[in-house]
Amino acid sequence: MASQDIIARSATTTVPSSVRNQEEVAKLIDTTKCIGCKACQVACSEWNELRDEVGHNHGTYDNPQDLTAETWTLMRFTEHETDAGNLEWLIRKDGCMHCAEPGCLAACPSPGAIIKHANGIVDFNQDHCIGCGYCITGCPFNIPRISQKDHKAYKCTLCSDRVAVGLEPACVKTCPTGAIVFGSKEDMKEHAAERIVDLKSRGFDNAGLYDPAGVGGTHVMYVLHHADTPKLYAGLPIDPTISPLVELWKGVSKPLGLLAMGLAVLAGFFHYVRVGPQIVEEDELPPLNDPSVHEVDPSVHTYDPKREDRP
Amino acid sequence: MTNHWTDIANANLVLVMGGNAAEAHPCGFKWVTEAKAHNKARLIVVDPRFTRTASVADYYAPIRTGTDIAFMGGLINYLLTQDKIQHEYVRNYTDVSFIVKAGYGFEDGIFSGYDVAKRAYTDKSGWGYEMGEDGFVKTDPSLQDPRCVYQLMKQHYSRYNIELASQICGMPVDAMQKIWDEIATCSVPGKTMTILYALGWTQHSIGSQIIRSAAMVQLLLGNVGMPGGGVNALRGHSNIQGLTDLGLLSNSLPGYLTLPGDAEQDYNAYIVKRTQKPLRPGQLSYWQNYSKFHVSLMKAWYGANATVENNWCYDYLPKLDIPNYDILKVFDLMGQGKVNGYMCQGFNPIAALPDKNRVMAALAKLKWLVVMDPLATETSEFWQKVGPYNDVNSADIQTEVIRLPTTCFAEEDGSLVNSSRWLQWHWKGADGPGEARTDVRIMSELFLRLRQRYQANGGAYAEPLLKLSWPYKIADEPSPEELAKEINGNATADFTDATGALIKANAQLAGFGQLKDDGSTASGCWIFCGSWTEVGNQMARRDNNDPFGMHQHQGWAWAWPANRRILYNRASADPQGKPWDEKKRLVWWNGKAWGGTDVPDYKADVPPEAGMNPFIMNPEGVARFFAVDKMNEGPFPEHYEPFETPIGINPLHPDNKKATSNPAARIFDSVWDTLGVAKDYPYAATSYRLTEHFHFWSKHCKLNAITQPEQFVEIGEVLAREKGIVAGDRVRVSCKRGHIEAVAVVTKRIRPLQVNNQVVHQIGIPLHWGFTGLTRHGYLTNTLVPFLGDGNTQTPESKSFLVNVEKI
Amino acid sequence: MIRKQILRYTANQRTNHWLVAILFFMAGLSGLALFHPALFWLSNLFGGGPWTRILHPFMGVLMFVFFLGLVFRFWRANYFIANDRLWLRRIDRVMKNQEEGVPPIGKYNPGQKLLFWTLLLCMLGLLLTGLVIWRAYFSDYFGITTIRWAMLLHALAGFVLILSIIVHIYAGIWIKGSVSAMMHGWVSRAWAKKHHELWYREVTRDERPRRDPPLSKKG
Repeated sequence: MASQDIIARSATTTVPSSVRNQEEVAKLIDTTKCIGCKACQVACSEWNELRDEVGHNHGTYDNPQDLTAETWTLMRFTEHETDAGNLEWLIRKDGCMHCAEPGCLAACPSPGAIIKHANGIVDFNQDHCIGCGYCITGCPFNIPRISQKDHKAYKCTLCSDRVAVGLEPACVKTCPTGAIVFGSKEDMKEHAAERIVDLKSRGFDNAGLYDPAGVGGTHVMYVLHHADTPKLYAGLPIDPTISPLVELWKGVSKPLGLLAMGLAVLAGFFHYVRVGPQIVEEDELPPLNDPSVHEVDPSVHTYDPKREDRP
Repeated sequence: MTNHWTDIANANLVLVMGGNAAEAHPCGFKWVTEAKAHNKARLIVVDPRFTRTASVADYYAPIRTGTDIAFMGGLINYLLTQDKIQHEYVRNYTDVSFIVKAGYGFEDGIFSGYDVAKRAYTDKSGWGYEMGEDGFVKTDPSLQDPRCVYQLMKQHYSRYNIELASQICGMPVDAMQKIWDEIATCSVPGKTMTILYALGWTQHSIGSQIIRSAAMVQLLLGNVGMPGGGVNALRGHSNIQGLTDLGLLSNSLPGYLTLPGDAEQDYNAYIVKRTQKPLRPGQLSYWQNYSKFHVSLMKAWYGANATVENNWCYDYLPKLDIPNYDILKVFDLMGQGKVNGYMCQGFNPIAALPDKNRVMAALAKLKWLVVMDPLATETSEFWQKVGPYNDVNSADIQTEVIRLPTTCFAEEDGSLVNSSRWLQWHWKGADGPGEARTDVRIMSELFLRLRQRYQANGGAYAEPLLKLSWPYKIADEPSPEELAKEINGNATADFTDATGALIKANAQLAGFGQLKDDGSTASGCWIFCGSWTEVGNQMARRDNNDPFGMHQHQGWAWAWPANRRILYNRASADPQGKPWDEKKRLVWWNGKAWGGTDVPDYKADVPPEAGMNPFIMNPEGVARFFAVDKMNEGPFPEHYEPFETPIGINPLHPDNKKATSNPAARIFDSVWDTLGVAKDYPYAATSYRLTEHFHFWSKHCKLNAITQPEQFVEIGEVLAREKGIVAGDRVRVSCKRGHIEAVAVVTKRIRPLQVNNQVVHQIGIPLHWGFTGLTRHGYLTNTLVPFLGDGNTQTPESKSFLVNVEKI
Repeated sequence: MIRKQILRYTANQRTNHWLVAILFFMAGLSGLALFHPALFWLSNLFGGGPWTRILHPFMGVLMFVFFLGLVFRFWRANYFIANDRLWLRRIDRVMKNQEEGVPPIGKYNPGQKLLFWTLLLCMLGLLLTGLVIWRAYFSDYFGITTIRWAMLLHALAGFVLILSIIVHIYAGIWIKGSVSAMMHGWVSRAWAKKHHELWYREVTRDERPRRDPPLSKKG
């Protein structure tokens, strides 16, 4: 995407480019259609040239176990028994949600290492990334991961390189059941609404769209059977926001802290100007005859001619 | 598949049973999603495990592995007793009114004509129809005759009440009732259910009969030949349909023609036996054209050498001394030291065949083994010790193994036949690595060298080899195009076809309707005739136009037979030639001819009044509930327990030990001792594939290895608690034939079942791991599978066997 | 030998102090670079962003280690004594350079003592929270909430530390003679008597009565 399309930039306090109008895009992940085949995981690795380790089975279908710098998307499987005793196998494709108000971007100290495009894509620029991991701290969804190879942060780019040339993200392209679709955010919401009508007709009274307002909405949205309890889906937060701790740390405290430090310096300066230095008048007290200095600096036992000249 | 992938979108109800479509066929499964999204279809899943398919189903019910006939039998009983059948369809398009011979009988689990000593039905004479004096089958349209198929079927399945079915299947009665009720709604004309199955039905000692029982249900509901209906095998390999189509089975010839047996030395008798006359008046009985297909095949193989004088080289065909040399038989003979060498082409027998240790022992008796494969398969390294995973003493194995690296499908042009019977041309994506050669080249060079030696040195009965036609431009590497054209067929001389058109010699044929038995046509596989015509390569077409909105896509690739997308599609219209339902219109009579959104599976110019029935491949013209003598364990599917049954008896025949398991299954005497019993191995195990892997191939591929890196087994929470196993523990799964060790996945998705008034736990064992490749090394799962198979197809019983589980 | 001056800091003490000071500036400037975008340019002092991220924690740890040296050297002298409370109450007079009513104090005035203990607290806080957020080695062992708290507290401790040091530096500029005391160690008797009378008496054994006895004795 063109640099004109960057509408937010980490560690940057001035207004970014904003004259171009671009439609917001969104990826809609329909968990009710998802069969957990992991084709999206593989497509993501293929397109982005990622090869994670061949790991272990830890007693679940989740593999790799967690997102890593080399696994940007991951199926998370949850076995859930409903109150009626019916079993559900909830499968959620985890990855960056591309928040409208990204916590990672707010937390990032390096100018331009995290950018938000006008179409809503939140992207990491590893060239500017310093590897501090603040983005991890800032993310309400626990998504970014620092590579132990290059100490840069990585996450789903929503295939910004594909989207820039009019292609859908790789995971969307490969999804065999159409559980992942991509388009303008408006269209995706409309599609989701149709899906929700269908789900309600099949008895999922709480079916709904996950587009959490706490982060200003997301550009990756879910259709959930149980939109009232997103926690069921491997801990999807019900009302994600940038953590108040992070808000405090990266919000008001930054300018206030700086201000306070500046003021302290100024206070000192004017104190000096107004009150002046404390100077000891040397004749105030004649030297004693008794040289009873207790402390002796062992390093000055040697001869020092200057000392003899001291007043 | 009777129907095809995109047609699933037409279904009102999708039953996935004996398969896990979402897991094993995720791309095809999109059409289930389509049916749900745009056709308001409901999806029901019946499986021992709550599968990935179940995760998107509207309803799921568990079933004990290997008991599907009890479920289907009960359903048949329910449909018949509750009268939830498509009456007009059943009456007109099936054999319900046919009178069965008095010799047919069924008693305590065994049909008439059984030879206990041979474990086979040696006398199938009773399994047929009463013939009238007019030479046609006697019928009773009133269906009252106690020996008509309808009454016999009703009587046969009257034993399958829901309580008994539930006790056999371990499916709660209410769940079973709910599913049956929902299926029964599809008896309304125009409302269709599609059944999607796969190896979960075939890999049983009663696999073929499970599928028959499903077909019977679909016939009762009037769902065969209908859009969104049918009985649909989701094939386990992208070209396994092509394998059977081209006759790569020991008793087959291409196009489902059959090899003669030893007793069939006479050509004419061979042809006459296979040229079936109609059993009812006015029926087509398409196999009457057998000789045209056969002669055209022999012309394709032997060219000018095949003449009417030498019976089209009939003598060159091998004659089987036994019914067939299926893979179990071959390895049984190998184990007996009766096989010297083995060419293993695109096959990994120690991984794919049951009872790995038995297969290993057999391979070790070979003098030589040639493995043609793109990958370093376990079979090619069976002699090598790999930790506990392949615990052999290499010094004891004297088999010389020769590995010939081949290209894989993506490294050559060609066609694949998918489950839909579509022949899809594909183009080479890259050259093969290193010294890899195409299979065609390797086999051609082998042939040319053999021929040269025979020519130089002579040999016993060399003619079948020396006379073979080899017309390819580059002799040692025939091109895929040449082969495809040859398989389609061409005119060997000028002739005039049925429409009066003059076909010039060497012209590509337009379809099998042009085939002749006078030697003027050649066709390597008659059902593929039409795939590469004078117009060009039909398999390369990629037009996904759908003018009628019926998901038939006539312009996409090419489907056998005759680009027909749904088999028996004449049955989608009522006897008057009108579609049963406007929303399900497929073919219809327009007053002059049959036409519509599909190529009619029918004689296009026969009006409805003529009374020709839709099932034109059957001499009866109708579909068979009563399988006559076609099946080896009886005309009606009967539930038999897996050979390793967790309950020890067949609840349908508790007192007849002979009827506990399939009395006509493929089992060798030496195998009985390798079977375990529930006392020692109490858990019912089933093996299966995972979506992350393809058989034993994709573990050689890094990305697949990442997504499923390590061997595991699935254990229900209840059993795991009993055994003190938690998720992530390593467990040993053992049976009488050996053991494997794997990580335990403890799951709610496998529940204990109430079977025959006892609790049966099931264990799920995926099969992809081995001791070569990029995943973590694992044990070959088929170590655990018994070396026995279905009575008709000899497919191993990989889906039902007994194991014990211990925490390590 | 008659000495006109008093040795306030030995060479080792001075070296230690300045090591801490240098490390404070490095860790502090690199920390500020990461703290506010307006100061990110400071990362250039350290070879750019990644180097800043790499060096900062090592400098911090080193600063802590050397600061421990100061702690061991000076912690006794930083015990509060009776006069300190009064001194603090009279801080306004101290600030105005007035001496009336300001009680004599020991080697360190209560402001310095407060600074000492504040620094110790801040350093400890920075170390502990710093380890939690040290991505390269330790962060994987902590949960996200812990890390978020650590981030916040680290910034807070850094902020307090910097403020304290600003005060400290200014005090050095303001109180003439203290910088040179830390530079070459010696102070004049007059300086010692004026600013740290009790200490002065202690080191000189000067028993002469104070011109201005402590007010507390009056009351």
